[in-house]
Parts: sequence; structure tokens; C-alpha cells
Amino acid sequence: MNLGEKMTLKSNLKNILLVIFATLILSACSTAKKTGDIDGDVYTGKETVEFLAAGVPDRVFFATNKSSLTTASRATLRKQATFLRKNKNLNVTIEGHADERGTREYNLALGERRANAAKDYLMTYGVSSDRIKVLSYGKERPVDSGSNPLSWSKNRRSVTVKAN
Amino acid sequence: MKKILFTLLFYFIFLIKSFALIEVDITRGNLDPLPIAVSPLHVDVKSDNFKDLKVKELGENISEIIEKNFKNTGLFNPLKKEAFVQKPDIAHLKPRFEDWRLIKAQALVTGKLLIKNEKLKVEFRLWDLTAAQEMTALAFTTTPSNWRRVAHIISDKIYERLTGEEGYFDTRIIYVAESGPKSQRIKKLAIMDQDGSNTKYLTLGNELVLTPRFNPTNQMVTYMSYFRNMPRVYLLDIETGTQEVVGNFPGMTFAPRFSPDGTKIIMSFAKDGNSDIYTMDLESRVVERITEHSSIDTSPSFSPDGKFIAFNSDRSGLQQIYVMRSDGSNVKRVTFGKGIYGTPVWSPRGDLIAFTKMHKGRFYIGVMRTDGTGERLLTENYYQEAPSWSPNGRVLVFYRETKAGDKGEGFTAKLWSIDITGYNERKLSTKTDASDPSWSSLLSK
Repeated sequence: MNLGEKMTLKSNLKNILLVIFATLILSACSTAKKTGDIDGDVYTGKETVEFLAAGVPDRVFFATNKSSLTTASRATLRKQATFLRKNKNLNVTIEGHADERGTREYNLALGERRANAAKDYLMTYGVSSDRIKVLSYGKERPVDSGSNPLSWSKNRRSVTVKAN
Repeated sequence: MKKILFTLLFYFIFLIKSFALIEVDITRGNLDPLPIAVSPLHVDVKSDNFKDLKVKELGENISEIIEKNFKNTGLFNPLKKEAFVQKPDIAHLKPRFEDWRLIKAQALVTGKLLIKNEKLKVEFRLWDLTAAQEMTALAFTTTPSNWRRVAHIISDKIYERLTGEEGYFDTRIIYVAESGPKSQRIKKLAIMDQDGSNTKYLTLGNELVLTPRFNPTNQMVTYMSYFRNMPRVYLLDIETGTQEVVGNFPGMTFAPRFSPDGTKIIMSFAKDGNSDIYTMDLESRVVERITEHSSIDTSPSFSPDGKFIAFNSDRSGLQQIYVMRSDGSNVKRVTFGKGIYGTPVWSPRGDLIAFTKMHKGRFYIGVMRTDGTGERLLTENYYQEAPSWSPNGRVLVFYRETKAGDKGEGFTAKLWSIDITGYNERKLSTKTDASDPSWSSLLSK
């Protein structure tokens, strides 16, 4: 943004070409934000994601203060459900997490709510509830230690972990 | 914590005999701190040695603790000892008031001590230099290893006499000591004197522990632990070290606090994505459900008379503070300001609720009346939360975290305190990073 603004200033010195150039950069930046790692407030990137099996991501991400599942999250959880239905002896723990921008106690509850949102979805796709434990860590176990919106979006997650 | 050490025998030499001219108004900020001279306590030459205690320096050391306590209130200005004009033993008998007034002192503390037969005898006097008279005096006997507490008790008595309010120096703070990288933080329960000395660790750091809180007599602590990956509320007896899980809940319990009479623990229990508030009676083990709502209900805190509970709920969509009767009836939302609100804590006087407020990416500690009116924000920062009251309701302790770099570098968590006037914000000295402070009540009462 700053770069753009500075360039716009320079353009006031009658360099029309630079104005156009700056505008292009700005629009490129904002497009990257939407289609890149964060959509709205939800992380959509691949960093930190691990796999329960080939093609079965272990985690889904949430918007700030929310526990609703996005379309992408539901697709991930359906893959997990399919995998778990095929591996009938496998139990899992779903760990729910929050980012660092909330009070500790509320975040514990929010992590639990997020883990249960994932658990409920797995159950509607045929995974029995006694195979799924939930464990909230609140804001206690960030996967990304940074203090910025991208780091926070990676930390607002529920992670399905093999329990046996 | 050890009861044997509590055998403080108080007796007043003189009762307060006349009204004084000097007094400290603590309802304002620290605009005009009272100049006070704390003379080193005179050590009686007939004193015995006691273990490895440096008896000769004891009088000096006690006066230094008193000075530090006073300085930290922001209400007093302890004067430099180089300017002192009288020897401690002579000043303690009867100060030359005009000489002390010359160094601009308005109040003077004098005292003497004697160690005999493994007992420490201390007496002190507080002098009003303007009125040229004694304001209060006190003598007591205790075990010599208790000498730091002696300094705190003297501080409390003087604070009480000069401000008209109970002191808060002979107190402890329990907190979570933190170390290690942000993503794998090691957390231990720690306890220290209010001034940062005598730090002791109560857990080893093998499991995550959070949110410790004292019971009213400071013998027990309730906290949350991830022992065996089962996040539950625990009860710890500090003296014996015994711990137990509170209740038999089939899921996470968290955010515990004692009821003001110490007979119950109030906490949240999370099940199927819904957190509600429960109490458990520690004697009968009877569990009662207090809230029943599909939202998150957490961070409960009783009013000091036990009749009401303030708590945090997102039933309106985002976190707000609510107050209800202690049976769960008559729920009322009390916060309607801009932003979202958490961690309500009822003041020990009953008149205010302290809280954390989040607004536009900033975090505030504030106080408001119990109906939500009269909100005052005391401090703003990148991240801070979890206020806990000093026993006299004049000071809040809370924790503050710094903004970290992309790899978590530069991250710290520290304890801070601030007067409810909004003045006198200061960092507490802790041996490690620290969070989740809980202030004890006065230890000797």
C-alpha cells in the first residue's frame, strides 16, 4: 500500500505512466490476498497442513470467533470421513485451536466448539462418535508463532490426529 | 502458607490517640505523593544470631522493603536515607520533628527489633511530623525467618493509618510461570510474595496448567491442568501438595474460581461444543448446573456477598458480560459499549467489575459498575487480559503479551499492575515470563 501511495505521489509529478503502473501493482496485491492464503478471514494455504493419508488433509481452518465450516473445510472432512470409514480400527482426536487474539478462557471454549463442529460433520458422514475424541487447546498451542493476520488464520484450526 | 509461621502475636502498645493532620487521598492519582522517611529499624545489640540471617542488617533490610512497598503504590515518596538527621534508636524514642521537617518529610517511620530465644520482636511507630505527634504504634513477635512478612505487615499498618484503607502488602500472587517457544510453551504454577520475592513452583511443567485462583483463606488453589491430556479443573492444597480433579465431568472443565465463602468452585464445563457454568460444593460434592444456553458461557465470578455471578457469554453473537443471580435466574447483559468484553471479575468491595475489552485490534483493562454503567478503561495495549483484584480493591494485576515477529521472536508475557484510578501502571518483577495472576487476600487478618 505504501509503495502504491508513494508512487501515486510521484505520479503527481506528471508521470502518467507511473500512475498506471502503481494501480496495476495495487490491484495485483488485493487479488493475491483473496485467491492466495486467506479467503476473507479463513486460511486457505497449504503450509502447516499434514496428511492422515495421501490426499487426506488433517486440518480445517476457521474465521475469527467463528466455528462454522467453509465449503473447503467440508470437502476436507468428507475425505477424512471416507478415510476413517475405510480404516475401521482407527480412532482419532480432534484438537480445536484458537488464535492469540482472544481471552484465554473464552478461547478454550471456542476451541472445543470448533473441534465439535468437525466431529459433528464426520459423524454425519458415517463415523461413529465413540471413535472421535475432542480436545481443545484454546490459544495454547499455536502452529505459527507470528503475531500477524496470516499467522492467526493458520492457528484458528481443528486438527484430526490419529489416536491409536 | 505454613501455619506455623503465622503465629504472629499482635498487641497494640498505643491505640491511635488523636486525629492526624496528614492523610493520603487514594481516590485520586499519584499527583502529589506524600514524602515519607523510613528510618532503618534499630537492631538491639543484645540480639542472638539466628541461622544464616544477617541480624545486623535486618533493620536496614526491613526498612528497604517498606520503602519499596510505599514507592510502588505511587502514593508515597520515600526519602533518601543519606539526608536522615537522627540515629534510628534515638528517633524511635522521640524524633526531633523540626529536623525531619527540614528534609521535607511529612511522615516518619521508626522502629527497633530484637532476636531472643529464636523469636523476633519488632516494634514500630509512625509519626506525623507536621502535627509533631505519634500516629500509630505496634509491636509484635514472630519467628525470625518471617522477617520479610514483618516488613509487609508494618507497611500494611502504615498504609491503613494514612489512607484509611486496608493495605495489600502482606499478600501473595499465584500465577503461571512460562518458558520455552511460543508454540510449545512450558507452564508451571508459581507463587510469590506480592513484591516478587520468595518465588516457589508448585508444578513441574510436565503438563499445561492455566488460570490458578486462591480460595479465600489462601490455603487452596483451583486451576486447570492438561494432566494426561484431559483438561480438567483441579484443586490443590498448597500446604500438603495434594491435588484432585474437581467433579466427575465427561469433558473439559475450565475457568474455575472459588465462591466467596470458599465452599464451592464455579467453573465452565464444555460438552458437544457448548460451554455452560456449573458449581460444585467441595464438602457434599453436589454439582449444580447454573446456565443452560447453547452459547459459550464462561469466566464466572461471584459477587463478594455470593448473591450474584458475573460471566462471559456470546449468546448475543460476540463475547459480552452478563450478571445473574447465583441460582442462574435473572440473567442480564451489562456491557453494551463498542467492542467485545471478557473476563469479568467482581471487586472485593462489591462495587465494581473489572474486565478485558477488545476493540479494533487493541486490548483494554477496565472497570465498570456492576450494572455496566460508568465504564472506565484504565490501560490499552497490544494484548492484555485477566485482571485480578488486590484485596482492598484499589489495584488490579493482569498479564500482558507483546507482539511477536514472524517466527515468534520478541514474544514476552509479563505481569503488570495498575491502580483503579488509571495511574501507577508498573511491571511486576517475576523470575520468568508470567501470566494468569491471582492475588491472595491479606495473609494475616
